[in-house]
Amino acid sequence: MKLSCEEVKHIAMLARLALDEQELLLYQEQLSSILEYFGRLQALDTEAIPPTATVLPVRSVMRDDEPEAPFPQTEILANAPSADAGCFSVPAVLET
Amino acid sequence: MKLYSLTIHEARTLLSRGSISAVELTEAVLERILEVDNSIRAYLTLTPEEALEQARCADARLAGGDAAPLLGIPLAIKDVLCTAGIPTTAGSRILEDFIPPYDATVVARLKAAGAIILGKTNTDEFAMGSSTENSAFFVTSNPWNLERVPGGSSGGSAAAVAADECLGALGSDTGGSVRQPAAFCGVVGFKPTYGRVSRYGLIAFASSLDQVGVLTKDVTDAAILLQVIAGHDPRDSTSVKLPVPDYVEALVGDLRGVRVGVPKEYFAAPEVMQPEVEAAVRTAVDVLATLGAGVREISLPHTEYALPVYYLIAPAEASANLARYDGVRYGLRVEGGGLIETYNATRGQGFGPEVKRRIMLGTYALSAGYYDAYYLKAQKVRTLIKSDFDAAFREVDVIVAPTSPTTAFRIGEKVADPLQMYLSDIFTLSMNLAGICGVSIPCGFDAHGLPIGMQVIGQAFEEERVLRVAYAYEQATEWHLHRPVLGTGT
Repeated sequence: MKLSCEEVKHIAMLARLALDEQELLLYQEQLSSILEYFGRLQALDTEAIPPTATVLPVRSVMRDDEPEAPFPQTEILANAPSADAGCFSVPAVLET
Repeated sequence: MKLYSLTIHEARTLLSRGSISAVELTEAVLERILEVDNSIRAYLTLTPEEALEQARCADARLAGGDAAPLLGIPLAIKDVLCTAGIPTTAGSRILEDFIPPYDATVVARLKAAGAIILGKTNTDEFAMGSSTENSAFFVTSNPWNLERVPGGSSGGSAAAVAADECLGALGSDTGGSVRQPAAFCGVVGFKPTYGRVSRYGLIAFASSLDQVGVLTKDVTDAAILLQVIAGHDPRDSTSVKLPVPDYVEALVGDLRGVRVGVPKEYFAAPEVMQPEVEAAVRTAVDVLATLGAGVREISLPHTEYALPVYYLIAPAEASANLARYDGVRYGLRVEGGGLIETYNATRGQGFGPEVKRRIMLGTYALSAGYYDAYYLKAQKVRTLIKSDFDAAFREVDVIVAPTSPTTAFRIGEKVADPLQMYLSDIFTLSMNLAGICGVSIPCGFDAHGLPIGMQVIGQAFEEERVLRVAYAYEQATEWHLHRPVLGTGT
């Protein structure tokens, strides 16, 4: 099954990936052939089979609501591409 | 005997007797790295000053009679595990300058046990790959033949162990990334049961499949490292509260009463399997029989579906896990004008082709209109794959199979076709989907002198049984004593 150019662009948009023309074509080809191969899963009858999201029987692991010592702000900002006044700075989120 | 050739258990004995010092041992390994790493390129980051400082501390502790299990032992860490103050890149440009403010739990446990950290090893980007060719920085060579891949994604760790550039290493295994490079490099690679070892500080690829694993020169060393890193961690809510048994005590040499299963589906595709690999594994199974094991053929009927199931679930989980790399809090930022444009440009430039391919695949599989046909379907077939193993383990105690259908392929040979590359993991993927444990151990060489690995696979939380079978086989053979002669290559 062949993905259309529009579909590839849409996926790239959802995944926040800027792709050039060459990449769009390459991924269109590669993803199409990979998905084609995966079509074989449809041959299996899984109507009555429950999905496995995780192999462990553990669910909703909780801890006591007790604060621990936080990382110092300076350490957390140390890897920031851009920081200001103790915050991460980014391009404007809201239009003004 | 060169000090760098020692195993962890041999070194511990010499260190505790005072026959060698931790500084001597660490210096010897650092010199070895200088001697060979220009050709092998296993390491992304070396921390020799810190290592020698840790070695000096270890010597002081040894003098005081401290008997911590890894005191004075120099190890390497795959660069997908966070190490405080030491660059951690996940093999990606998007984290090229990232310095974690914390240690992964497994790293902290190694340090608490007295281990010395030599540096960070090369990996396929975000652990996505089977050859280490997807590293954004450079390709690691297989020490057995420098024109061949070391396997992946823990290729740097496997190569470093094989070339005596460390006494052992940590890796990570999501679809075979510890076991397959172990097979290609002729070393031991152990993937614990999902939940056995903490993932806190492991840069996440696929959260329901990832596990930290160990790469070592022999099975005893694997048991020693596993003992130190295993166990519940309150910081990883997918780690289990089961007690950790004594893995070293599990190492006995005879297999009477042990039932070994050989899955027929793993031998049913001659066009994929290199004949020498099949021959070596079948011979190894005969050795297990002479050691007392009862061998029988079993069936894992849904084997052929493991590849599409894995390559839908893992990329889907990865697409969620890699959403955090957006240029805001850490890592690369490429300014794009507005906020969304900055995300797009940062990720477009920061991620390599395989990572982008998998993010796209995963995004598609989860997207509206396709979720049921792809992701949900894959999860249902995952249940069938796990059931195959549950049924098999009612008949046998362990399963033995080849680790990879071929020995190490040439650098560049499989990069053009992603599906071809994915096929080299067909024998390892199922164990991650089922969440069970397994080890790859050396069982021979092909006509080109390239190592062949076989897997011993156990039911969830049966690491002891797996170690026992692996150890018995290892001690009855001599594959683990072979070392590559560096400098040759055909």
